[in-house]
Amino acid sequence: MPDAPLLKVANLDAFYGDFQALRGVSLDIAAGEIVAIVGANGAGKSTLLKTIAGQIRAPRGAITFDGEAIGGERAHAVVRRGIALVPEGRRLFSSLSVEENLAIGAQSGRSGGWTLSRVQQLFPALGERARQPSHSLSGGQQQMVAIGRALMSNPRLLLCDEISLGLSPLIVRDIYAVLPDIAAEGVAIAIVEQDVARALAASRRVVCLREGRVVLAGLSQDATREAIAAAYFGV
Amino acid sequence: MIARGFHIERGGRAGAAWALAAAVALAAAPAYASSATLGLLAQVFAYIALASLWNLLAGFSGLVSVGQQAYVGLGGYCLFALTMFAGVPPLLAIPLAGVVGAALSIPVAALLFRLRGAYFAIGSWVMAEVFRLLASQISALGGGSGASLPIRVVAAVAASRQAREFAIYWASLALALLVIGLIVWLLRSRWGLALRAIHFDEAAASANGVDVRRVKFVVYGLAAFGTSMAGALIFLQKLRISPDAAFSVNDWTAYVIFMTVIGGVGRIEGPVVGAIVFFALRLTLSDLGSLYLLMLGVVAIAAMLKAPKGLWGAFAEKTGFEFAPLGQRVVYDNQTGKPAAAAGGQGDKP
Amino acid sequence: MEWANSILQGVLTGGLYALFAAGLSLIFGVMRLVNIAHGDLIVLAAYLALVVTQTLGVDPLTSLALVAPGMALIGYGLQRFLLNHTLGDDLLPPLLVTFGLSVIVQNGLLEVFTADSRRLQAGGLETAAWPVMPGLSVGALPALQFAVAVAVVGGLQLLFYKTAIGRAFRAVSDDAETAELVGLDNRHVFALAMALSLAIVAIAGVFLAVRANFDPSIGPARLIFGFEAVIIGGLGNLWGTLAGGIILGVAQAVGAKIDPGWQLLAGHIAFLAVLAFRPEGLFPRVRH
Repeated sequence: MPDAPLLKVANLDAFYGDFQALRGVSLDIAAGEIVAIVGANGAGKSTLLKTIAGQIRAPRGAITFDGEAIGGERAHAVVRRGIALVPEGRRLFSSLSVEENLAIGAQSGRSGGWTLSRVQQLFPALGERARQPSHSLSGGQQQMVAIGRALMSNPRLLLCDEISLGLSPLIVRDIYAVLPDIAAEGVAIAIVEQDVARALAASRRVVCLREGRVVLAGLSQDATREAIAAAYFGV
Repeated sequence: MIARGFHIERGGRAGAAWALAAAVALAAAPAYASSATLGLLAQVFAYIALASLWNLLAGFSGLVSVGQQAYVGLGGYCLFALTMFAGVPPLLAIPLAGVVGAALSIPVAALLFRLRGAYFAIGSWVMAEVFRLLASQISALGGGSGASLPIRVVAAVAASRQAREFAIYWASLALALLVIGLIVWLLRSRWGLALRAIHFDEAAASANGVDVRRVKFVVYGLAAFGTSMAGALIFLQKLRISPDAAFSVNDWTAYVIFMTVIGGVGRIEGPVVGAIVFFALRLTLSDLGSLYLLMLGVVAIAAMLKAPKGLWGAFAEKTGFEFAPLGQRVVYDNQTGKPAAAAGGQGDKP
Repeated sequence: MEWANSILQGVLTGGLYALFAAGLSLIFGVMRLVNIAHGDLIVLAAYLALVVTQTLGVDPLTSLALVAPGMALIGYGLQRFLLNHTLGDDLLPPLLVTFGLSVIVQNGLLEVFTADSRRLQAGGLETAAWPVMPGLSVGALPALQFAVAVAVVGGLQLLFYKTAIGRAFRAVSDDAETAELVGLDNRHVFALAMALSLAIVAIAGVFLAVRANFDPSIGPARLIFGFEAVIIGGLGNLWGTLAGGIILGVAQAVGAKIDPGWQLLAGHIAFLAVLAFRPEGLFPRVRH
């Protein structure tokens, strides 16, 4: 890769108490690139995103963003650097309205092209329901709020954790359709996804984890179903 | 095939032997200790009982009460009422006070259990205030200014002064041993298992068939029973009662909480160690007055934040020694001391 | 008419109880923290006001210009350096630490100011009264205090629902972990909530000190009054808390009218009755 990558994860270990969830994971993501992270349940995909986002502690040097070591910084500081996580299960603030949920995403104070009106352009349903309580929305709309909220912090790296979970295929298609638009503005995107076919179609590169280790990494278009299956299950 | 990789230990024989030896030596104390020492020891035993019961509530059952002075005062007032108005022998009035406390705890718990978590704590304090205000309405026991135990009642404990001191000493020792024994028994029984399940995860315990409400009622009632007895005994020693003294939050809750936290919350030995340390400190620092309480507050906060397992917790972790191991302990046979694959299958979403 | 007067005074006293309760309710709402030292901090504020009025020769209400920011600063530091370390799944640390704090504040005040009763003089405001009709009059001080309570509750309501910091308070209350993901520093937000709580405590402390004698030991009773107002009104509803304070004040006034020894007892009985028959409070928050 000619340029220095936007995000560099080097030999990262992560723990839940005594349980080691990540073992020496290394990964690069360049600006504007979409990378899919796949693997079976418990492989460490979500842990990887949470560790990058600062929700799980990491050694300082294990994560480098835009040339600076950011491992061990707390989540709110990581957001200010330009990394936003769309958490699994959407995790909207239930006592905030749709618009407030989006507006609070701008809390980090980063300036950039993403504003309330642009997010509402991207997801028109959210503009129409701005004053509604967030829990009154459908699952797909809630997912749009979660993505919009993350975009409001004007991230340079967007981490998406299982954004298709529990949604109908049509809704998932709509949501995935916006990712290239976001990436086109130079935003790097990492997606953790159970649906491998969907993940491969949406990404340029794919990384497969198993038991906390990277077991396959390459261009998504080159990854065969058999290679992924072998990496997935270790057969 | 399933490899077990662990076995189950019960243990605690050495600890039990030590505890028994100490109990025998203490029971024989009237043969060799001075009258002042016996009086002090009786106070220590009463506090050991109070602190152990508070520990049962807060440390083992998640019922953090700052209102146990309600039962100390109730016990004291029961002692005075039963001996003065019903002619009950003082030493018999002590268990009767316990029964009254346990009976009253049922409606009290029915109300207080409607408050969750931290609000339960303040609710228990309100209840103690209600008890105090009601006690100051009893004009036969001196209302707000209180009453002294008549000579005839005092004489009914035992004829001579020395015999009275011995009786109160033995009663205090017996109460402390009874309370600790009761708690060890409770925690080792199926109730104890239920309690630990509730403490770990109330919803999960409930889903697994533990009747959470009933377990809490039993524990709260037991604590009320023991605390009321301790109250009766304390005021038999003091010979004078007033609402402010009987329902004092400083004397019967602040001290008790501090000694438990310093000794070790959630361990049988913690309150015992804490009470001993507390009295040792008080002997040396008693002339500091309110500064002493202030210092205790600082020490308790520091202990809670920096050493949440208390003095005994730190000691037990260093040495692996426990007087009263609670129930079985699973010992893993591999070298790491950790379950070999217990974490498998979660990881991603803990 | 005597009864009407008692009830009116009870209503006005209820405003003071609502002031005790508002700060308690605020921090419980934001971070599920129950501050057992709340009452003692009210008394601490009263003593701070005493020092300020005596040193600068200003009247108690003016002293708030110093006491309120001072208490807010104490609150911020307390949360940031002590109480944030107690938050978590376990209920014991925050309770025990705030209980320890209560003992420390109480005995510290005792050391510095002795157990003597004090009172703040508000230059005639205490005795001024407007007659409503014969036998029924409204004291200027209770009326002011009630108006301030309404203003504080209304102000908090506005702050919660109309400002960015209020939005942050609601967000950390909903889901603290996710709040960090949108760039909120929870430790800072919690500390701000405690600062706000203690600024309200300062107001409550000054009114307490002008209305009646105070000494270092009266804190726990103020905690209990505030707590009872919260529970009677219903958790999470600030206007309900004001109503809860009024109900408590009226119950105490009616009790005192029957027999002076029954004043406090009547308040507790009102609280226990609510617990028995409407444990969720009289005005529980409706989800919207």
